[in-house]
Amino acid sequence: MAEITMIDAIRQAMDDELARDENVFIVGEDVGKRGGVFRATVGLFDKYGGERVIDSPLAELSIVGVGIGAALYGMRPICEIQFADFIYPAFNQIVSEAAKMCYRSNGEWTVPMVIRAPYGGGIGGGLYHSQSVEALFAHIPGLKVVIPSNPYDAKGLLKSAVRDPNPVIYLEPKKGYRLIRGEVPEGDYTVPIGPAQVTRQGSDLTVYAYGMMHYYTLQAAEKLAGEGVDVEVVDLRTLYPVDRQTVLESVSKTGKALIVHEDNLTGGYGGEIAAIIAEEAFTYLDAPVRRLCGPDVPAVPFSHPLQDWFMPNPDKIAQAMRDLAAY
Amino acid sequence: MATKVIMPQLGESVVEGTVTTWLKKEGETIAEFESLLEINTDKVDTEIPSPAGGTILKIIVPEGQTVTAGTILAWIGEPGEVLPASLAEPVEARPADTLRQAQDIALPQARPQGALRAGTEPPLAEPVEARPVDTSTSSATAPVAAARDLGFISPVVARLAADKKVDLTRVKGTGQGGRITKKDVLDYLEKGEKAEPAAVAAPWETPGEGDLFRPTELQFGTEKPQAEAPGLRQAQPTAPVQPVAPVQPAKGGEQLIPHTTMRKRIAEHMVNSKHTSPHVTTVMESDFKRVAAHYAKNKDAFARDGVKLTYTAYFAAATAAALRAFPLVNSSWSDEGVIIHPQVNLAIAVSLGAEGLIVPVIPNADGLSLLGLARAINDIATRARAHRLNPDEVRGGTFSITNHGTSGSLFATPVINQPQCAILGVGAVQKRAVVVEGDAIAVRPMVYLSLTFDHRILDGASADGFLAKVVEVLNNWPD
Repeated sequence: MAEITMIDAIRQAMDDELARDENVFIVGEDVGKRGGVFRATVGLFDKYGGERVIDSPLAELSIVGVGIGAALYGMRPICEIQFADFIYPAFNQIVSEAAKMCYRSNGEWTVPMVIRAPYGGGIGGGLYHSQSVEALFAHIPGLKVVIPSNPYDAKGLLKSAVRDPNPVIYLEPKKGYRLIRGEVPEGDYTVPIGPAQVTRQGSDLTVYAYGMMHYYTLQAAEKLAGEGVDVEVVDLRTLYPVDRQTVLESVSKTGKALIVHEDNLTGGYGGEIAAIIAEEAFTYLDAPVRRLCGPDVPAVPFSHPLQDWFMPNPDKIAQAMRDLAAY
Repeated sequence: MATKVIMPQLGESVVEGTVTTWLKKEGETIAEFESLLEINTDKVDTEIPSPAGGTILKIIVPEGQTVTAGTILAWIGEPGEVLPASLAEPVEARPADTLRQAQDIALPQARPQGALRAGTEPPLAEPVEARPVDTSTSSATAPVAAARDLGFISPVVARLAADKKVDLTRVKGTGQGGRITKKDVLDYLEKGEKAEPAAVAAPWETPGEGDLFRPTELQFGTEKPQAEAPGLRQAQPTAPVQPVAPVQPAKGGEQLIPHTTMRKRIAEHMVNSKHTSPHVTTVMESDFKRVAAHYAKNKDAFARDGVKLTYTAYFAAATAAALRAFPLVNSSWSDEGVIIHPQVNLAIAVSLGAEGLIVPVIPNADGLSLLGLARAINDIATRARAHRLNPDEVRGGTFSITNHGTSGSLFATPVINQPQCAILGVGAVQKRAVVVEGDAIAVRPMVYLSLTFDHRILDGASADGFLAKVVEVLNNWPD
């Protein structure tokens, strides 16, 4: 089986889906001739033509608006937002239209649309190219929010997203695009939206993460194994709807939970996991539920030392694991 | 709101006191902290200051009575304030003449009698806590650790204890601050009490009290064997020998670690040294740049000769050179005069881990090259750890070096290895930003050197002269 990068896996998924279903099309800034700023759509314009791989104006509202309209008409749009930071002009379309369509039409109309958006920091992107937006969308019933952490899941989850009858926010950890490699089968397979995955078995504590932070968490867990601390790692994969069962099973086993994300602490997605654990696994807890998150500052700084200060990394995660293990 | 005056607990083992004199009478006014009464206990006679300002509403315990610590002695309040009748009753008061008898039948719970009177209100919102008079009389079947503070009990520990009927006082906590973790309960359930984790680390194994701070023992222990039991002293520096209350083992989770012979000797020598010499410590720092460069360049060549070059060899070489330049430091005090030793015999502290440490001697160290010193240090350290030193090899040192830097310490105040004049403590070599020639800031490997010296022999200036020489040799190590 070939070992490929995240970005290649994402491209493969889109290529497959474009070939499989003629209703699938891609719309976004520079996705056509240019092949996308991250090269996610390289070659697809030549292969499927400008009517299925569409260069849009620099207007996110219209990218999503067009997607919603086409989806209501029976198409399967894949909307690319160049950076998740630029998704806010489309926020109204996503939250007030796409998310509510099925509900307000009593199931008569649905919006089978995927919105792909690279998110996250650590790439020297500064204020406008580093944001994490998952908490904003994981709060909205009617949306599904998916974040892959490896090439296999990236391909399988994107295929599931394209085939889902309702809108899926598909967030891609951009720092991992070319950093994270893994074995990906050629051809068709899907990874279901919903289930989390225990990616490392352990007994001393559980770390919940997703995306780039999951990648770092595995590295930190490896380090802790050398120190005699047995860490279980859960890759959440789908943030909304969250896999409560896997979350609870793991913490019930280990008794200690740490949630890691690079998004800001306050109101971040980790609070939801912490609340689920507190509500439903309280009597299994052997320590306070802890979060290791980006600090509550307005943005990921451009300055490299400050960016390092902002971002969780394997060392910081390992230290948080040590502290919790010692509790 | 009236304030109560209680019998204080004037020491760990003091559980009761006798009111000897009331310095104020009922109805008199008193200022906060003004002396209110005198009390007498097994150990002290003392005045008790008033806990509040105001009027003395009621004296409950009259002069001559002995009561347990915690007993209410009096009430202080606003002028004219009326004390509820239930508060004016004596509680837990015993005449002194019945004390012996009372103690013989003392009950651990020592409930205040006043609280048991039918028809009276509970005397206080806060119960009058009378401490057990004599815990040795408590029933032998009582749980061993009944009084143990279990600390924070996590939800899962509480649930497991309830489900499995675990008496948590019997579970040893290994979490933060001795907290009982889920794992501790599971281990307890699985292995039972017998398999409790091994004893806690001995005090000398803990950082900050590391054995490297106590560089004498066997050397003189072999020369002056002493009876072990009598005359044994507590290892508290500067504390004169005092009768010490016998340690009550296993009280409140405490643990008694019996002394090993080595531990006893270390204690004797430490106390003896502190009583013998007025210790003064002076600290300088050395720029290790040249030594580090020399080390990097030569360690492989040394290794080819079968010698592991260490920084300790450089410290030893610099010390030997400085001792030659300042012979007064290579000396011992005697009543007749200061004895200058003709030989430089360097004693090097070698840690034996949990056992303690030993201080073997390199005789005539000033005659050895760096290679010779490194070889000698390798040799004695290896044999010390293998317990293969000859008795002679731990005698006759004229100056000691202790490398406390190996455990990360930056500088320390080592204790002099009697009857030597001084000891050099070597800290960790650490890269630091320092100001160098031309007011530039440079990153340099720096090390603090602490010299503890006998102020009877050396004054600050001469000790500093010696230490400066050590620094000079290290700073200017030839290529």
